[in-house]
Parts: sequence; structure tokens; C-alpha cells
Amino acid sequence: MRTTIRVDVSPSSASWPMYRALVGVGVLCGLLIVSVYLLTQPVIARNEAHALQQAVLEVLPGAVVSASFALTAEGGFRRAGDGDDPQRLVHAAYTSRGQLVGVAIEGRAMGYQDVIRILYGYAPQRQRVVGMRVLASRETPGLGDRIEKDPDFLANFTALDVTVTADGLSIEHPVQAVKQGAKSAPWEIDGISGATISSAAVAGILRASTAQWIPLVYRGRAVFVRSGAVNEGG
Amino acid sequence: MKGAEKAVPAISTDDFIKGLWRENPVFVQVLGMCPVLAVSNSAINALAMGLATSFVLVLSNTLVSLLRHGVPRQVRIATFILIIASFVTVVDYLIQAVSLELHRALGAFISLIVVNCLILGRAEAFASKQSVSRSFLDGLGMGLGFTLALLCLGAVREILGSGALFGVALFPAGFQPWTVMILPSGGFFTLGLWLLFFNYLRVRKPAVREAVPGGTP
Repeated sequence: MRTTIRVDVSPSSASWPMYRALVGVGVLCGLLIVSVYLLTQPVIARNEAHALQQAVLEVLPGAVVSASFALTAEGGFRRAGDGDDPQRLVHAAYTSRGQLVGVAIEGRAMGYQDVIRILYGYAPQRQRVVGMRVLASRETPGLGDRIEKDPDFLANFTALDVTVTADGLSIEHPVQAVKQGAKSAPWEIDGISGATISSAAVAGILRASTAQWIPLVYRGRAVFVRSGAVNEGG
Repeated sequence: MKGAEKAVPAISTDDFIKGLWRENPVFVQVLGMCPVLAVSNSAINALAMGLATSFVLVLSNTLVSLLRHGVPRQVRIATFILIIASFVTVVDYLIQAVSLELHRALGAFISLIVVNCLILGRAEAFASKQSVSRSFLDGLGMGLGFTLALLCLGAVREILGSGALFGVALFPAGFQPWTVMILPSGGFFTLGLWLLFFNYLRVRKPAVREAVPGGTP
């Protein structure tokens, strides 16, 4: 029995060509993948940073530069480094003269088909959401994907009221989704008929994300403003 | 030259041409239906998917042919898959470096090129038995034939489903796009119509010449 399962890898055995072929091809392919990875990684990282920067400037009209900040354990903010968790990052954007335009925040939740990721811009001075962009969604073409392009729907996010309460711990009027055409208060979001679930999902993301982030960003706004002044000096 | 051809089959243009038409991977061999149906919802996606598949097909065919004397029969499928998977990973990184948007649109289907039976099929049926130059031409022909077929589907689906071609609007503002064409079911409709068309051509030609009575292959 023992001899039948013995593995002989000496060059004279019949299985030697098989090991040689598999290991040889494996090493060759491994080298190929590693070298392509090393060559393309800097370009891919630059592409990703560029795409994020574009999105940040798009949801905060008037901004020309952006800087990322990480949420600290104490609930404050500091300049983000390389190893920070992307889920705890926000992106402040400034005019060419270093004035703070606002802070872009990412939110995500389940849509009709798959997770929808959005980025929205918050202007702390006016206490409004001033822009929203869908970063990733797989909603039904022609129906659900109107959350990305429908001008009436996107108009909801040019001055959405997210005023923080006097104690600075929560939002006075949580963001509310209503039926298309029923919007009457500045904290309500008009849905899209025909894309009910997708538009409600976006409103849901904003409701949850603003409740969590806006009070934190509002209380910590001095950090973002100061950082802009430093940028201008440097 | 005729005598030499019998001993060692020389390179012929047929190695390249057959993949484009007579043995077209999609319309004749009906291989690799998963990406054909899933990624052909716009012409640009179809083109990108076709070119990515061609890239993998040409390189894997070449490498498989190059190594064909050193790989024992028992482990040939394992080495083919290893080679194909490596080139697919390379393509995946390259597309990310070229355009993140494109990478997002093609999604999981880039990784799924690994299991496209067309590529393994060509490695096993052709490249593992033929010279490097013939395998290269075969891969190129099959790859371009696959790209062409994807483009046929992608163009029809984008024109009807989005009213555009390569993102350029073709119809006046009042056009109501047939959304169903860019949904999965539209892929089946379009593929069915193209197969009908190609089979009609193939059946009709011999019937007209009266070379094949009845004409059904």
C-alpha cells in the first residue's frame, strides 16, 4: 500500500515532468502578475484619487482643491494619512483663496439591485447639503438609474436643510422622503415616480448619514476652516 | 512549397480568417455566451470586453503553444487555466490603469474571462498542437471574431435601448428608448435575431448553388 501512494519527485521518475511543468508555469505566471501589479499600482492609485477629487469638487460648487480628514476616536477631525479607514474619512474643499466651501461625505446603503454609494457636499456656514452625486449603483437602466441624472431629483440636493439643533448633537429636521411633487419643507426630498425604491434609498442614505455625520462635522468645523487658511499660507 | 506544406503545415491566412466568419466563436460555435449576453448592453462595453478577451486569447494561445512540448498531457488543463488566469489578472490591472469608469462598467465580467470556454477551447483544440505563429494567428482571428460579434450585439442594443451609438445620440429628442433592449432579456432577443440572420446566410448560400440539397447543415 505504502509504495502506491509514495510521491517520487526525483528527476528520473515519471511524475517529474508534471512537477516541472506545473511549478515552472506557476513561477512564470507569478512573476508576470507581480511585475504588472507593481507597474500599474501607482497609476491605479492616481486614477482613484483623481476620481474622488473630481466627485468632491462636483458636489461642492465653487471649490478647486480638496483635502481629506479622518474622524478621531474623540469625535474630532485631523488631516488624513495613508493608513486611515476610508469609512471614517470626509473631504473638505476650498476656493482658490483658501476659503472653506464645504465638506464632502460618503454614504452607502442597499438600493433595488445592489449597494448604492453616494457622495454629498455639506456647507457648514449655511447648514445645507449643496450637492449630491451617485458614485456607484447598479439600478435598473431607464428606471432606477434616474437617481443619477434626473434634473428634478438632483435639484433636491442644492439646498437641503440639515440645520443642527442648539445643543449640536442632532439635526433639527431629519431628512424626509416624500412623493414626487409633494415637497413643501426644505428638509424634504421629492422622490421619482417610476424609481420609487431607488430614490427612497438615496433619501434613506442621506437621512442616516446626515444624522451621523453632520453634527460631528458642524462641531468640528473650525478644524476645516483653519486648515484652509494654512493651505493659503503655504 | 506544396511538398513542404504537407510535412509541416505552414502559416496560412485561413488560420486568421476562419475565426472571423466560417468558425466565428459566437455566431457559429456559440461559445462564451455569458459575456456575450451580459456585457453587450452598449457598443463601448462590447468593444472593451472583446478586446480584453482577444488580448487574453492571443497571449494564452502563444504561451500554450510555446510550452506545448514541456507540458505532459495529464496536467495540461491545469497549466492552461493557470496561464489564462494570469493573463486575465494582467488585463484586469491594465483596464483599471486605463479607466476606472470602464472597469466599473465591465465589473465582474473581466475576472470571468478565465472561465470563457472559448479561450480554454482554443488552447486545447488548437494551440497545444500547433506552431507558435499559427496559434498566434488563430487567437487573433478568434479574438477579433468574438469582438466583432459582441459589437454586432452591442450596437443593436445601444441604438434601440439608449437611442445612441458609442454614446452619441442618434435620434431626435422625442425618441422613447426600448429599455428592455439594455436589460438582460434584450441580450437574448438580439442574439436570437443575429443567429437567425447568420444561419439564414449559411443555409441559403448552398441552397442557391444547389450544392447541398435541402441545405440544412
